[in-house]
Amino acid sequence: MDLSQVLQVVLRTDPGMVRGHNEDSVWADGALGMAILADGMGGYNAGEVASGMATTLLSTELGRLFAETPPYRLDAAGQPYARSALAAEIAKANGAIFQSAQSQPQYAGMGTTLVAAVFYDNRLMVAHIGDSRLYRQRGESFGPITRDHSLLQEQLDSGLITPEEAKLSHNKNLVTRALGIEAAVEPEIRDFDVLPGDIYLLCSDGLNDMVSDEDISATLTSMGANLELAGDQLIQMANDNGGRDNVSVILVKVLGAFPAPHGWWEQFLAWLK
Amino acid sequence: MTAKLILSMDGLVLKEMPLAKERTTIGRKAHNDIQIDNLAISGEHAVIVTILNDSFLEDLNSTNGTYVNGQPIKKHFLQSNDVIELGKYRLKYVNEQPAGAAAGADYEKTLVLRPGTARPAPAPTAQIQPGDTHPGMAAHAAAPAPQGAPAAAPLPQGAAVSPSAAQRAPAAAPAPPPASAAAPAASAAAAAAPVGVGVIQILNGANAGKALELTKTLTTLGKPGVQVAVITRRPQGYFITHVEGAQMPIVDGKPIDPQAHPLGNHDVIELAGVKMEFFFKS
Repeated sequence: MDLSQVLQVVLRTDPGMVRGHNEDSVWADGALGMAILADGMGGYNAGEVASGMATTLLSTELGRLFAETPPYRLDAAGQPYARSALAAEIAKANGAIFQSAQSQPQYAGMGTTLVAAVFYDNRLMVAHIGDSRLYRQRGESFGPITRDHSLLQEQLDSGLITPEEAKLSHNKNLVTRALGIEAAVEPEIRDFDVLPGDIYLLCSDGLNDMVSDEDISATLTSMGANLELAGDQLIQMANDNGGRDNVSVILVKVLGAFPAPHGWWEQFLAWLK
Repeated sequence: MTAKLILSMDGLVLKEMPLAKERTTIGRKAHNDIQIDNLAISGEHAVIVTILNDSFLEDLNSTNGTYVNGQPIKKHFLQSNDVIELGKYRLKYVNEQPAGAAAGADYEKTLVLRPGTARPAPAPTAQIQPGDTHPGMAAHAAAPAPQGAPAAAPLPQGAAVSPSAAQRAPAAAPAPPPASAAAPAASAAAAAAPVGVGVIQILNGANAGKALELTKTLTTLGKPGVQVAVITRRPQGYFITHVEGAQMPIVDGKPIDPQAHPLGNHDVIELAGVKMEFFFKS
């Protein structure tokens, strides 16, 4: 299914105002309905290598798999194929990054966060690891639909600190999961309904650490009609506020419904296309 | 850099104590880490739990209570220069690490908290290895995140400051970014502070005379679907940008370019038939 008519996609990535190089990596394809963002970590250029491997491996392999089996096809467990495909390919990418880190000294200890979104059948399957986020703007409501895998989020969850106190924390930069750090990783994979008019934002922490949710939301509300401009504005606000980290965003605006062909006749037509 | 407590009485400094442990107990009895032999202090009065770079003070149902900066507390997230009051004694909490935000660039690099392994990691980006004594955190990190709050908080488990964590900001860290970087939450307002507050006042039509202060980062003008422009507030001033519509906004008689256009004092903006004047509040 070609989703390029219903999904408008904008990508932006910027090193920020302080860092010499960009360890973030972004990839998206509106036709395939996929968006992948990774924020690498590791010495020298290892961070870029890890995040680059994550986006390249996942985009290539998932693209190939979904060309054979559509992401909405239900498997034996009654789950859309998008879920098992994401789980399997994330495991493979994790292994590949981990192997490189093990075998090449300059890449030792490299890893990356990940947020990957697959749109299918008026739904969205999201996989994430670490503190890169997926936000959703739906009408007036705006907020993250992923929950960070970070020490700070665990402290918030356990009630140790309040969201107000979290802004003062010295432990903002500690993630509890990352891709490529160990032989195995557990991604968090969830699915959500999608409505026309929704705007999805995948971002690295360089955005949400520098720009308040209010300003991100205001940008999507006021500039949603001009998605390219909204992408520029998000990067600009992060940099205006100090730009202390690499900042990357992928915006996906849902222009219409995209139900999967469910009847045999619809599937046959879809197959002919 | 480890946080520390400075104990004083009647303005006289008695001693300094680094907060090196996960749990630092305060009380009258001898087994406390900080023993204060005074009848106003309960046997087990309070505890400070330190998790990496943050410390939390908790009152242990003491008879006379624990006060921070004059306020009674049950549990409190300590901020540098907080003064803990216990009877006549004062404990000043000092944590000179700039709050996440203002530190040098390397300080903020994302690190992975994970169970200890023997594999060495490159210095500036070393993983924190809590080590064998904190299996709770290790298990937690490996498990799928539960939807609800985990009953086993990281508090009792993952606490000790590992050497790699404490020393990961190299001495030769790059100079801190400009002051505007200090507080991300309030950053928009702080960053724009050097520029005066802008105002737009409507010059024609039914709303003539009405004025709006441009205190927010973004202010939308116009009608969605017809013509929309946004005024952005930036450290270097105010800018107007065309968002949608066939017509570009007109500033001082000329349609603006697709790029953001800087607004000068007393510029006149025309948008969807409405004329407005932009000026700085005096």
